[in-house]
Amino acid sequence: MIHAPKVSFRPGRKLTQRFPLLWTIVQRLLLSIVLLFAVSIVIFGGVEALPGDFATTYLGQSATPQAIANIRAELGIDRPITTRYFQWLGGVLTGDFGMSWANRNSVTEQIAQRLGNSLFLAFFAAIISVPLAVGLGMVAVLFRNRLPDRIINVASLAAISLPEFFVGYLLIMWFSVQTGIAVFPATVYEGMSFLDRLSAIALPTATLVLVVLAHMMRMTRAAIINVMSSPYIETAELKGLGGLRIIAKHAAPNALAPVINVVALNLAYLIVGVVVVEVVFVYPGMGQYMVDAVSVRDMPVVQACGFIFAAIYIFLNMTADILAIIANPRLRHPR
Amino acid sequence: MTDEINFLQRRMMIGAMSRRDFLGRAMAAGATFSAASALFASSANAQEPKKGGHLRLGLKGGASTDSLDPATYTSSVMFVAGRTWGDTLVETHPTTGAPVPSLAESWEPSADALVWTFKIRKDVKFHNGDAMKVEDVVATLKRHSDEASKSGALGLLSSITGIESKGGDLLITLKEANADLPLILSDYHLLIQPNGGLDDPSAPIGTGPYKLTNFQPGVRLTFERNKDDWRSDRGYADSVEIIVMNDATARVAALSSGQVHLINSIDAKTVGLMKRAPKVEVLNTPGKGFYSFLMHCDTAPFDNNDLRLALKYAIDREAMLKQVVGGYGTIGNDYPVNENYALAPEGIEQRTYDPDKAAFHFKKSGHSGPVVLRTAESAFPGAVDAAVLFQQNAKKAGIQIDVKREPDDGYWSNVWNVQPFCASYWGARPTQDLRYSTSYASNAEWNDTRFKRPDFDKLMLQARSELDETKRKEIYRQMAVMVRDEGGLILPVFNDFLNATSKSLKGFVHDIGNDLSNGYVASRVWLDA
Repeated sequence: MIHAPKVSFRPGRKLTQRFPLLWTIVQRLLLSIVLLFAVSIVIFGGVEALPGDFATTYLGQSATPQAIANIRAELGIDRPITTRYFQWLGGVLTGDFGMSWANRNSVTEQIAQRLGNSLFLAFFAAIISVPLAVGLGMVAVLFRNRLPDRIINVASLAAISLPEFFVGYLLIMWFSVQTGIAVFPATVYEGMSFLDRLSAIALPTATLVLVVLAHMMRMTRAAIINVMSSPYIETAELKGLGGLRIIAKHAAPNALAPVINVVALNLAYLIVGVVVVEVVFVYPGMGQYMVDAVSVRDMPVVQACGFIFAAIYIFLNMTADILAIIANPRLRHPR
Repeated sequence: MTDEINFLQRRMMIGAMSRRDFLGRAMAAGATFSAASALFASSANAQEPKKGGHLRLGLKGGASTDSLDPATYTSSVMFVAGRTWGDTLVETHPTTGAPVPSLAESWEPSADALVWTFKIRKDVKFHNGDAMKVEDVVATLKRHSDEASKSGALGLLSSITGIESKGGDLLITLKEANADLPLILSDYHLLIQPNGGLDDPSAPIGTGPYKLTNFQPGVRLTFERNKDDWRSDRGYADSVEIIVMNDATARVAALSSGQVHLINSIDAKTVGLMKRAPKVEVLNTPGKGFYSFLMHCDTAPFDNNDLRLALKYAIDREAMLKQVVGGYGTIGNDYPVNENYALAPEGIEQRTYDPDKAAFHFKKSGHSGPVVLRTAESAFPGAVDAAVLFQQNAKKAGIQIDVKREPDDGYWSNVWNVQPFCASYWGARPTQDLRYSTSYASNAEWNDTRFKRPDFDKLMLQARSELDETKRKEIYRQMAVMVRDEGGLILPVFNDFLNATSKSLKGFVHDIGNDLSNGYVASRVWLDA
């Protein structure tokens, strides 16, 4: 193994050269912020470019020209786009996403609740699925090309091939309609006790676990198998180490980078991409909130949701990048 | 009516009818709700409405964009919510659609139907404990009819020029005579609020049978019974919970697992399966809404009446009824009114599928080549199938229809009322006058068939100011025939409202006014554990 030259405190060396890892992280952070700004422009512009108009859509068949004109005037939709963008951006920087056009409530307040619900569900799905996926991946490698590996592979492939709403419906049918052991619908609301909430999200969590498990599991398996062919693993085997120990202690750390990336992607999906599961289980998360807003062209809400989704993606990917750098000595000590 | 009820009673005793059906049909025959219940009690020893319990409704049609301000209500969830916490001045009879007193005890038009006097009840309290005064009523109506208002009822109230309190009565002055004013005041936006809701439009303080206790837009609403309710014949459950469920399968699953007592908007294709479930009952209520295809009378080639007639003869209404709405509906006759409207026309010959006549008119029109029909699933459930079915029907008459599928999103702004031939849905309107003035008056914003006929407009105004019902009915008949024979509307079916309940829910009233017992479902039903 090659060791990077030791860093010594010589005067005249740049700060960036003295703390390369820290500098890389700072770079990533700055890049993320720039990216977020770019995304905010794209979101604002994209939402503006959407065909359709809030006033007509919102009033539906009860719209009269008079009522439409009244709503437009009240919302000030006629002001130039740049003015509205900078006003919006100013609000966002102070944590104020403005007021929903449709129900005149603070978007920030509503999103806080919805995002809380989404995170709650994603958190429990993640703490079950991530260790399970990594564990199963290791087991699959241990029994490579033997029965347990095949079973894990086939089952996970089947789970990933079924659309998530179908998995959801199957779970509802078995556990809720036929046997009645699980709670349905999974609606959570203010004033619900923690235990009630947990039992309410049992089925959606199970669905999400089934959906994201296979992807992470297969990636873990592939990454570890890749490392297993290295000479140092052979050495470990020749030393007489146990199979599981080799995989967990020697192979897995070197296979971390791709696994971290896949886990980050799936975590992002669990937070921002589960609108179908939310609808099926009647769960009040961010996805449903955004879809509702899009269908009536409630722009402040759409923009806020889009912005937060983008921020979550960027944050998780950045974290994955940084973790991958830390996990990889070659990236940790660049020359 | 009496004969019919006797017949129903006999049917019930031989077991050919369920209690629920009996109540529904007896009410359809004109009995009042309590009379129907009493009749049932005498024939089957049924129980009286039971008080208590927690009623849970799983409803489609709510979004996180919903607001509590009645002026903004458009979704079915808010429609039901409003009827649960508030009252209007006038209600409509579930089976005849006639105006019946609510917060207004009685009313009287002037001889020319221009000035109306409403007597307002004096024994009613708002949820906040204040007595309801005429001033509150005046303020409410003023808020909704104000030109700067965003109210969904603004259009309905446009002919009102004066709203005032006079000697403790409500006095409404109109620009043009309108015999339907009481029915207009039953509109679900016009819930009476303290000071008209001017202080806080979104405060759900009303006079209704339930007080709103929690509101999470697009998720859940809860209510508790209003102990000071001024009426004793409603509000049986102790508390009501509405859960917004926009997914059809989720609604069915929630009902069959016993989590909710009632769901709305059942897919006609799955009714057969639902009927097999042991604990579930499917309820279909005839309504005033319809599925249709619209042609613009002023756009080539549809500006030719022969082409329009050809297409009207080229549609198989029976097949549409069977395949698009699963038999849950009634056949239309190319005018937008059915027998659920007061003063509905009678004795107009039913137009049927006739490929020969269609071919004849098509040839006479001189048009050749295909016509483009635009459709999308959001036009009405099954609209794409219906368009393809129409295409097949028309083929037999030698008419080629090209079905063009449009995106669901934006259908109502980009296709409907824009393209000359498209699929569309219309919901109920309280009266024939409103039905026609919304989309058949020459200057109507939503004249979605571009039907512009000064003679028709004249008839409509004449009917509106006519207080003699026989004469009015005759005018409405003439109008219907005009639209049927010369208009641009192809109306295959009026769809039923499909709801399903658990068997422990009793007393569902079929109301022709609108879906979900005209929105009154929460206060009319009771739970029988």
